[in-house]
Amino acid sequence: MTIKLDGKARRQGVPLIDGIDKVTGRARYTADLEHADALVGRILRSPVSHGEIVRLDVSKALALEGVRAVITGDDCPHTYGVLPIAMNEYPLARGRVRYRGEPVAAVAATDLETAEKALGLIELEVRALPAYYTSEDARADGAVLLHENKPGNIEREVHHGFGDVDRGFSEADLVREATITCAEVNHAQIEPHACLADFDPLTGRLTVQSVSQVGYYLHLMLARCLEIDASRIRVVKPFVGGGFGARVEVLNFEIITALLARVAPGKVRMHLTREENFLTHRARPQTDMRLKLGMRRDGRITACELHVVQRGGAYAGYGIVTLLYAGALLQGLYDIPAIKYDGYRVYANLPPCGAMRGHGGVNTRHAFECLLDRMARELLLDPFAVRRANLLHAPTRTLNDLMVNSYGLAECLDKVEAASNWHNRIGKLPRGKGLGMACSHYVSGAAKPIHWTGEPHAVVNVRLDFDGGVTALTGAADIGQGSSTMVAIAVAETLGVSLDRVRVIAGDSAVTPKDNGAYSSRITFMVGNAAIDAARRLRTILCEAAAQKLEVPPEDVDCIGEAFHVGGGGQSSIAFCDVAKAALVNRGPITVTGTFTCPPEAQGGKHRGGAVGSTMGFSYAAQVVEVTVDEATGLVTVDKVWAALDCGHAINPLAVEGQIEGSVWMGMGQALSEETTYADGLPLHASLLEYRVPTAAESPPIEVHIVESNDPNGPFGAKEASEGALAGFPPALVNAVANAIGIDLNALPVTPDRVVEALVERRRGLRLAAARRAAS
Amino acid sequence: MHIESERSAKRLVRLKVNGRWREDAVGQNELLVDYLREVARLTGVKTGCDGGECGACTVLIDGEAVPSCMVLAVRCEGRAVETVEGLLSQGRPSRLQQAFHEKLGAQCGFCTPGMIMAAEALLRRNPNPTDGEIRTALSGNLCRCTGYVKIVESVKTAAEMPS
Repeated sequence: MTIKLDGKARRQGVPLIDGIDKVTGRARYTADLEHADALVGRILRSPVSHGEIVRLDVSKALALEGVRAVITGDDCPHTYGVLPIAMNEYPLARGRVRYRGEPVAAVAATDLETAEKALGLIELEVRALPAYYTSEDARADGAVLLHENKPGNIEREVHHGFGDVDRGFSEADLVREATITCAEVNHAQIEPHACLADFDPLTGRLTVQSVSQVGYYLHLMLARCLEIDASRIRVVKPFVGGGFGARVEVLNFEIITALLARVAPGKVRMHLTREENFLTHRARPQTDMRLKLGMRRDGRITACELHVVQRGGAYAGYGIVTLLYAGALLQGLYDIPAIKYDGYRVYANLPPCGAMRGHGGVNTRHAFECLLDRMARELLLDPFAVRRANLLHAPTRTLNDLMVNSYGLAECLDKVEAASNWHNRIGKLPRGKGLGMACSHYVSGAAKPIHWTGEPHAVVNVRLDFDGGVTALTGAADIGQGSSTMVAIAVAETLGVSLDRVRVIAGDSAVTPKDNGAYSSRITFMVGNAAIDAARRLRTILCEAAAQKLEVPPEDVDCIGEAFHVGGGGQSSIAFCDVAKAALVNRGPITVTGTFTCPPEAQGGKHRGGAVGSTMGFSYAAQVVEVTVDEATGLVTVDKVWAALDCGHAINPLAVEGQIEGSVWMGMGQALSEETTYADGLPLHASLLEYRVPTAAESPPIEVHIVESNDPNGPFGAKEASEGALAGFPPALVNAVANAIGIDLNALPVTPDRVVEALVERRRGLRLAAARRAAS
Repeated sequence: MHIESERSAKRLVRLKVNGRWREDAVGQNELLVDYLREVARLTGVKTGCDGGECGACTVLIDGEAVPSCMVLAVRCEGRAVETVEGLLSQGRPSRLQQAFHEKLGAQCGFCTPGMIMAAEALLRRNPNPTDGEIRTALSGNLCRCTGYVKIVESVKTAAEMPS
């Protein structure tokens, strides 16, 4: 089957190049890899939330037949982490445990039963310390510090001010505040964490196959923690069953598996349970927000002040970046003349938080869009009109010096307003039904990489050999979002060949060029541009070879539909394979390198933390949510969603639709039902029955509209499509509930008990008011 | 070898897997999912949870969709078990496999085998399901990527394909 990138494929998109492997069951994920000869790894976890390790005796476990390795914090004196400036965590606790479930020791044995039995033989004594499960308790006077160098248990704080906030508020016709909280949520990717590590004691080489979104980070941390020369390490990414940010940071179990493999020595597999996945966590933090907005009568925003407290868990992880995003992403969506931001990241004795789809911006956006709607209502303005009153005009730079080169938000608003028939329906729905809307945006890749190595921000190699096959090599991790398919399309489009002539090999450090990985929706923008660059270089070589054969200048030659033509085609043409053969004469197989780098002017402002939020292009989204609220049970049902997203240009419209639907729906989970809860640090949510991910039966139809603003720097004009729409859902839902029952909810998720409580509260308030009136 | 003796005794079990009879020594407490993955090496059957939460391991037992992590392998004596690998016929994907591929019913693909098997059971008993019937039939299978929109579309498309 030849897949031609003809008009239809461009309009509708193409299936994923690895889709057949997935639907037939032959795709191998980490747990599916051949492991008959592998030892089984298991982790002993702390049974207390906070304490000093008084005694840790593994001798009985070591003596058990079938046990090949037992390791503790003594086996790795090196910290690890995603940010070079904030690595304060050991793969296995050393001296102190700071959350229930923190790895303390690990075992590799011949089978699971033996490994489990060995864990039971490890003697652990912990002297308990006071533990804190809320930001408030952790920050209280006299609280024991989780980390000695962090007074007040504040990991980081950020104070940013742009423009004259006081003047902004004084010029406002209406100033309002809201206190809004969002529960902690989890990625809950369906594939549980797994790792297969193979250490060869004869050569000293280590091969690790894992679920990572960023093999490069894993590679760096393995070298650091195991003190192995990086050149002796190979990191391979098998099929990965979702990430959503869970697997950007290197995770403790990955390093533990490699440590076990070296001690054993041999091959060790580690499959975490679902409960352990929740303990590993690294997701969106519980967040308390106090937001103040100033607005003129015409809906124009005059000033914004936001105070944020994130409960970050026991270790730094991504902390400061999440905190900076929460402030930086106040900007770039609307034109706001003055912004003040104060953010605090607080340590608590809970699993560490990290990056999750829409990193840092989701909860902030929720608060903002909720308050914006409330103020619009007070000023008798339409929610769409308020957003339109505050649009940016591209190209521009935000107050915090972020580039906005393309801006399709106005068109997104038009699309969902029309599609939902907003003006004919708003205010005319029966009791208990409501419509709500909100906008959101997200970066197309962080413009400044975490590791400042001086290398290009993305590199793709493209190979051409005697067989006429074109092979694109990329370190970019396809975790289901379809990034390898995007690379194949970019190369095929640029070369003028059919899609199935292009093979993509991704995520094997022995073969593919280093990539900064699948995070901040960077792959389409950065790797896509690098793929186009590589393909152009190959095209130049091929056009020269074709020109020689056709006896015309190279600039007159073009490749369309797998054949090289002179000028517009017609008279003479040569097939792609013949040109490929000619190009290889005297040269041999060809490998070209394409690169992409975000220029310094894209890398954010000069203020401290200014790089976070910086990007070459923002995606923009607007959505309308229709709900039914059952006032007896408090159950909120989402009937329909209309979502529009400006992705610049849809390289693969089918995949773009899929990403928008998925991100809107993930926002729905956070809005309606997803929430972690702990009792004395013990997770009460650590199964997919307790942690309520919406099922097919509870999920609404989502009507997607793609807006193409054609970004001047994006590959074919493209920007990101996977995260931008998420943040708009929770506020659109809360605004719809307000429209349906007249109650503004201040806490996520909007569970039936919270709705019922709010209804009871209102009834009590009404009764009280009536009694007062009667008495007076 | 006290470890060996502690394990439950094994029993020979004869069952039909994807149309072929096979006989294996199976532990008394061995789950069907582990038997299929580790013994039959049918790794299209996925494990996504700690038991009965996610539906990723869904297979057909005598035509009925069942999470294979909730069934002991020894209970499958004489029964017919079908996994996603068994849907290929003469190297060609089934209608559902084709539709899930073309309509992007699979993103990361991890829930896909279980999802397709649940949909297979549905289409066998109800060849023309409504959207609501599809959503109900698949409500025991969690997907974290798609929001289910394209999954429902894939099942509808498969139902409309000539068999």
